[in-house]
Amino acid sequence: MRKKLTPAKACTYVVLTFWALTTLYPFVWVILNSFREKGMIRKDSFSIPLPGSGFTMDNYAKAMDRFDFGNAYFNSLVVSISVTVVVVILAGLAAYGLVRYRFKLRGLCYSLIMAGMMFPVFSTIIPVFRMEAAWGIASSSNRWLSLLAVILPQIAGNLCFAIIVLMGFIESVPIELEESAYVDGCNVFQVYFHIIMPAAKSSFATVAIFSFLWSYNDLFTQNFFLRFPQEKTITLLLNEISSQAGVDYGLMAASVVLIVIPVLVVYVMLQKHIIKGLTAGAIKG
Amino acid sequence: MSSSSTLYKRKGLLVVFLIPAFLFLILYLYYPFLQNIINSFSHITGLGTPAQGLNDPWWANYAELFRDPNLRTALGNTVILTICTVVFQVGVALILALLVDSIRVGAQVFRTLYFFPIVISATALGLMFNLIFLFNGGMFNQLLMNLGLISQNVDWKDLDHFLPTMLTPVMWQYVGFYFVILVTGLNNIPQDLYEAVAMDGCVGLNKVRYVTLPLLRNVLCTCLVLAITGALKVFDLPWVMFGPGMPQNQGWLTGTYMYHQTFNRGNVDYGSTIAMLIVVLGVVLSNVANRVFRSRNDI
Repeated sequence: MRKKLTPAKACTYVVLTFWALTTLYPFVWVILNSFREKGMIRKDSFSIPLPGSGFTMDNYAKAMDRFDFGNAYFNSLVVSISVTVVVVILAGLAAYGLVRYRFKLRGLCYSLIMAGMMFPVFSTIIPVFRMEAAWGIASSSNRWLSLLAVILPQIAGNLCFAIIVLMGFIESVPIELEESAYVDGCNVFQVYFHIIMPAAKSSFATVAIFSFLWSYNDLFTQNFFLRFPQEKTITLLLNEISSQAGVDYGLMAASVVLIVIPVLVVYVMLQKHIIKGLTAGAIKG
Repeated sequence: MSSSSTLYKRKGLLVVFLIPAFLFLILYLYYPFLQNIINSFSHITGLGTPAQGLNDPWWANYAELFRDPNLRTALGNTVILTICTVVFQVGVALILALLVDSIRVGAQVFRTLYFFPIVISATALGLMFNLIFLFNGGMFNQLLMNLGLISQNVDWKDLDHFLPTMLTPVMWQYVGFYFVILVTGLNNIPQDLYEAVAMDGCVGLNKVRYVTLPLLRNVLCTCLVLAITGALKVFDLPWVMFGPGMPQNQGWLTGTYMYHQTFNRGNVDYGSTIAMLIVVLGVVLSNVANRVFRSRNDI
C-alpha cells in the first residue's frame, strides 16, 4: 500500500531527520577530525580529510603509542563481563521467585528493590570502600583484587534495575506452561531453565546489554577503586587522556573514536534487543 | 495469577532464589546507605579516617545546608536542569515518538539513531562536547562563523553562556531514552481504538489530545519520575566538561558538588549530608509527580 506524500508527512520526515542529524553528526564530525592533520582542526573542521589534503593516521598511531589501549580494553572487559554474568544469574532467580511465589515479605522485598533504584551511587560508595578496605580487597596493589572491588558494587548497582525489568517479562509468561511441565515431572529449577529462560530470552538479553554498557561506561566507581596504571579501564584511560592531551585535539578525537568503536559494534549488532527490552520494566512503573 | 499452583507451594526454595541477590543488595546498597545516614551526623575529616564521634550539635551539617551559598547555586542549577529535563527531554521525546508512530518507512532507522547517544559513555561525550564548544576553532563557533551569525569566537563556557552549554548535552543524550519508553507505550495502544474514533471524525491533533495522551498518561508519568530522579543525580557529563564548579563557583549541580565536597575537600560527613538531600528530594519529588499525574484506577 503506497500513500501519496502529503505536506504533513513531509514535515514529519523533516523534523525526524533533523533530530537524527543532531544525534549522528557530532560523531561523524569527531571521526572526520580524528583523521585530520595537526593544526587543521581549528581552521577547517567540516571538510572531509582526503589523502593529500590533510588526511593522516598519525593521531591513531600516537594514541596507540602513548596509551596502553590493549590493557585497558582487557580490564574493562574483565569487569563488564563478570558484572553482566552475575547480574543476569542473580536477577533472573530473584525476579522468578518474586513473581511466582506468594509469601509474607513479598511486598517489602519489592519496595526495597524500588528504593534501591533511588540511591545515588555517591551515597553508598564511601561505606562500601571502607568495608572492602577492611576485607583487604580495595586499595590493595593486587590488580585482580582491585578489579573485584569494582565488580562487586557494580553488580549491586545493576541488580535492582535488572530485577524490575525481568519481573515484568516473567509475569507475562503463561503459568499454564509451567504447571503442565510440573505435571510432567519437572522440578522448579528445570521449569526455570527450560521454560522461563527461553520464554523471556529477549529480556535477559536486554538486562545483559544494559549491565554491560553501564559497567563499561561507568566512570565514578572505577575512578574510585582503580588507582594503579595496570588496573586502568577504558573510561579511566579516556579521562587521563583528556587531562594530558592539552591542545592536541586530533589525539583527543582519535581516542574518543577508539573508545566508542567497541560499544558501537555491540550496539549495532544487538540494537533490536536494546530497544525492545529496556522499556517493559519501566512501563510497569 | 493463581497462588494455588502446587508447583509454587514449597516456599523453602525461595531461599535459593532470593538470598544471593538480597545478600548483594544488603551489603552493597542498604547497609552503606544506613551508614551514610550515620555519617551525615558524624564528624569525619578524611576518606580513610574513621568518624570522630557525632557533630556538635549533631545536626550541624544539616544547618550548613541552609548557609552554604554554593549549595544554593547547586540547587538552583539542578532545579533549572530538572525543569528543562521535564519540558525539553520528555517534551521532545514525546513529539518525536508521536511522529515516528505515525510513519511506516524508516521508523526503525530513527529509533536506532535516537537511542544511539545513550550507549556512549558520558566521558566520551564530555570530551566530544568539549571539542564542539571549544573557544578557538570548536565546531559550534566555526559553524556560526561560516553562517555569518557571529563575527568573533564566543566562549561558550563563560558566565553568560555556561548554563545552556552544560544542560544541552545532558538533555540531548537522554531524549532517546524517553523516546523509546514512549514509543513502546504508543505501540501498546490498540490499533482498533484509533479506527473506532476515526469513524467518529476524530483525527490528527484531536486524536492525539483525546485518545493518545490520556492513554499514555501512566507512561508519561513514569518518564517524569525517571527524569526528576535522573536530573538530581547527573554527574559525569558536567564533571568532564566543566570540572569543579566552573565558572566561578556558578556551575555547581547537586551531584558534582557532593562529589567535590567528599573527594576533593575530604568533607565526607558534609558530602553524606548532600547525598541525603538528593535522596530525600528524589523521593519527595517523584511522589508528588506520581500523585499529580498518575491516574488512580490503573496498575
